[in-house]
Amino acid sequence: MALIWEYRFDFLAGVWWTVKLSVLSALLALVLAIVAGVARSSKLRVLRIASGVYVEFFRGTSALVQLFWLFYVLPYLGIDLTPLQCATLGLGLCFGAYGAEVVRSCIQAVPQGQLDAAAALNFSYFQTLRIVILPEALIMMMPLFSNLLIELIKATSLVSLITIPDLTFQAKSIITKTYSSGNVLLVTLAIYLVISLIAASFMRRMEKVLSRGRQTGQPA
Amino acid sequence: MTEIFSWPFAAEILPALLRGAVVTFIATIGGFFASLIIGAVLLALGRSKQTAIAWLGRGLVELLRSTPLLIQVYVLFFVLPDAGIVLEPVTTGILALGLYHGAYVAEAYRAGLDSIPRGQWDAIESLRFSRFAAYRYLILPQAIAPLVPSLGNTFITMLKDTPILAAITVPELMFAANDAGSQSFRYVEPMTMAAIAYLVMSLIAAFAVFLLRQRLGTRYA
Repeated sequence: MALIWEYRFDFLAGVWWTVKLSVLSALLALVLAIVAGVARSSKLRVLRIASGVYVEFFRGTSALVQLFWLFYVLPYLGIDLTPLQCATLGLGLCFGAYGAEVVRSCIQAVPQGQLDAAAALNFSYFQTLRIVILPEALIMMMPLFSNLLIELIKATSLVSLITIPDLTFQAKSIITKTYSSGNVLLVTLAIYLVISLIAASFMRRMEKVLSRGRQTGQPA
Repeated sequence: MTEIFSWPFAAEILPALLRGAVVTFIATIGGFFASLIIGAVLLALGRSKQTAIAWLGRGLVELLRSTPLLIQVYVLFFVLPDAGIVLEPVTTGILALGLYHGAYVAEAYRAGLDSIPRGQWDAIESLRFSRFAAYRYLILPQAIAPLVPSLGNTFITMLKDTPILAAITVPELMFAANDAGSQSFRYVEPMTMAAIAYLVMSLIAAFAVFLLRQRLGTRYA
């Protein structure tokens, strides 16, 4: 354990990168998920097809493959991204696609009566979306988004393979420096566990905030 | 001026990538069966009547589900040899996939068993079925159909997780693509081909799961 204490700053630097990357890519994924999810349930066929292709493509190839592709191929196409931009974009695109499916299914689960009511009030499409559909759907989305956030945090470990000094990268380099793997990996596992637990409790709190004032609570 | 995507080079590295795809396939199938077994073990531990064992089982599921697969792969890769267990990288990889996804499979099994109505258990009791016969003829046939979608998803997710094994030198598709890239300093072709290969493989797997669901759906509807 003295070894772990000696390398505490390496661990902390790694945690900082992991957290930073998780937050940035989660925000990007959230935006993409809402845009693609709404587009997938739109009346316009072009939008449905475009978002369908996006979702199927990014769900069909693995996150690591996408990261490698962005990291190695984009420079040849004349687009130079920093590793951080690359990682944020890769994880954001991948989890945006998973999130889009969540958004789509929750939008579909909004009861027809609500839409009829919105039509009766003469709401425009965007008003219906903003005032009726999204607030209703958002509450249903929260538990599913919570799972996705945990998946995203775990997936950030992949960025260590495209040279970003996140927690996994630091753990790996401490192992190569010290030839001691057991303790280092155990501590790393524990840190990821703690980060996941904190994220899960944060999402539960958000869920409570969003469903405040509703008597029905969250539908099963 | 070289073109961005060179077809001759793509043809040249195709055999190496195909060999990688075979390893990917083996790792996926192996990991899937390992997860089916490990899932059952984890479920049995979690349902044990001994509180300590039940806690161990549930804690293990929680730990496996909330930590990255890559770290778990490293744990097996670095720690097992220290304990005197030396495995091929592929075997280590299959074991890691089996453990990580086994935790999810255990949850799926639990959901499958929970989906059986209470009355069925009462009926088994009153007809004096043996434990084995009860599971063989009544419980499993009913529990398996609802399991197919989630196990199918596990299989597809597992396929997409196999590139992680490249980190411990398993010569699967991503490893082969990276290798081809680093030998020639041309990454466009191998990376693009690998991405397309994963897309095709997971679409095929998704279609197979869809067919299986339909078949089971009509039989046990």
